[in-house]
Amino acid sequence: MAVRFSLVAQAVVVVLAIVAIAVIPSVLELFAMMQLTLFAAMAVLALSLAFIWGFGGILSFGQTAFFGLGGYAYAISAVNFQDSTPSILLAIIIPALFAAILGYFIFFGRISDVYLGVITLTVTLILFNCVNSTSGDEYRIGKALLGGFNGMPAVPTFNVPFYPDQALSPEQSWWVTGGVLLGVFLLLRLLLSLPAGRIVVAVRENEVRASLLGYDPRKVKLLAFILSGAIAGLAGALYVNWGAFVGPTIFSLSLSAEIIIWITVGGLGTLLGPIVGCVLIEYIVAYIGSQQALNSNLVLGAVLIVFVLLLPKGLVPTARDLVMRLVHAPKAKKQLVDEQVPSSAAASHMAGAE
Amino acid sequence: MAIYLIVALDVLNGISSLFLLCLGLAIIFGMMKIINLAHGEFIMLGAYATVISANAGVNIWIAMLIVAPLFVGLVGLVIERCLIRFLYGRLVDSMLATWGLSLLIIGIITTIYGNTQQGVPTPLGGFSIGSYQSSYYTLFLAGMAIGMMVLVYGVMRYTRLGLIARATMQNPAMAATLGVNPTRVYMSTFVVGAAVTGLAGGLVAPVSGITPGMGGAYVAKAFMTVVGGGAAMLSGTMSAASLFGAVNQVGAYFTTPVYGEVLVFTTAIVLIRLLPQGISGRFFKGNL
Repeated sequence: MAVRFSLVAQAVVVVLAIVAIAVIPSVLELFAMMQLTLFAAMAVLALSLAFIWGFGGILSFGQTAFFGLGGYAYAISAVNFQDSTPSILLAIIIPALFAAILGYFIFFGRISDVYLGVITLTVTLILFNCVNSTSGDEYRIGKALLGGFNGMPAVPTFNVPFYPDQALSPEQSWWVTGGVLLGVFLLLRLLLSLPAGRIVVAVRENEVRASLLGYDPRKVKLLAFILSGAIAGLAGALYVNWGAFVGPTIFSLSLSAEIIIWITVGGLGTLLGPIVGCVLIEYIVAYIGSQQALNSNLVLGAVLIVFVLLLPKGLVPTARDLVMRLVHAPKAKKQLVDEQVPSSAAASHMAGAE
Repeated sequence: MAIYLIVALDVLNGISSLFLLCLGLAIIFGMMKIINLAHGEFIMLGAYATVISANAGVNIWIAMLIVAPLFVGLVGLVIERCLIRFLYGRLVDSMLATWGLSLLIIGIITTIYGNTQQGVPTPLGGFSIGSYQSSYYTLFLAGMAIGMMVLVYGVMRYTRLGLIARATMQNPAMAATLGVNPTRVYMSTFVVGAAVTGLAGGLVAPVSGITPGMGGAYVAKAFMTVVGGGAAMLSGTMSAASLFGAVNQVGAYFTTPVYGEVLVFTTAIVLIRLLPQGISGRFFKGNL
């Protein structure tokens, strides 16, 4: 009964989300819609880290490496082909390949926690330094001039697939970006409810037990890492489509830090939380940028510290717990005598099983 | 001939400044297994303390060697009491919170002093080898690195305080049973680590551009060096700093400074892949 109810509720929410994405251009002004497009692209990036960190237990300090590679792959091939159709594919494939190589190196070397952090961080720095020093005419790939620190301006934006001369309007760009966000969310949601997703979570919970049950944790982590790299690359393409520009700051450490802040604020171990955290934090940063009183670093830092110390679960899980308590509290009082004991025993059994 | 001498001096400079910049982080990581991602901002605070007191008329040596470590040590004390002490044993949370702290400190300094570059003139003059110029300050930095190494080794190895610190590092529960207060040991360790970092910040102040965001350039390198060095505080950091410092300078000499950096990062990745416990996990096991 409860399962069917929650399925119906989820279906309703998905339909509502589709309707919201569809009607937003006719409700909001152009500027607000452009901003939402940016937030949605960033939220896809947030989902990519939310998946491997929250469900795979892999904290990558360099998720921007894949984001940036996706952005550059898109920009370079879009300049060369003047058509976004193959470029978007390349923006997914190239970061995924890079993630495969890096992940093989990391997971088959059994490198974990701090060491994994150092490696992903340094890879990002390597990419930043390399791309940053590509100014000058000799650094070009095909027709695309890399431009070093100045980046690549005037990158062709998305067009209707296979019709290079029909560029998407801002409304259509929003539909694509919002649609991709919803699609990635549903994809991850589906994956996590399938056995494959459960194995990823099992490896996070107890690597030894998972391997004794016959799964290879190295392979599972590698596959999760590749999927996450592909999603981050797609986010990079969406980001470049939003601004028609890509520069080396796309690899920056501060952006890597921001993704981690989004997830911490929204709630680790959920998929909705990172999206909420991303939109909230990006909105705050944009708001602070428009006035002079406060520095955005100051606010972001304070927010992160407050959340780690006082609300370590993040917004969405905290809100969910609150709602659950409100929903269940009256029932528990009514059936205090006959339900309380078995349900708490069942709960503790569940906790033990997890 | 002169060119080799100059490159050797550069290598010496690279190693000694890297060692000085990492030592504070190594003390904190080695003792408490806390990664302080606000390390770069502690360096920045040390540099600001030096520049501001020097520009206010304080002797540059006093500003560098006394004001900077004292000030950053105090900041470290406040931070340990208000933030870090809730996070012992929670590695990821401590990284997140100190990352937040680093943003907060950058924000505060930007708000107060603005996003502009400050500086002090480099003390001590220069000398020439053949047709190349170098400065005595390079030699002074190397001397400071050796001095700090000897000091830390001496304190840790031969004093009662060092004994207590090492005991707490090895087995906090046992140390507590014997009447040591681990909370106080952790607090003082964090303060000492912060003060050493502040000193490093003061020492690099005359040779680097000082902006609120300058810490970002150091934190990744320091993080990498400390983790690459492994658990042994002194020998690990020294060996990793020697490796990375030398690779950086030699790489920069043969290519460009940018590729020198890239070479260091690549070396770090390969090193961690080959020696996941760091250099000292393999070669100096059980040393300081």
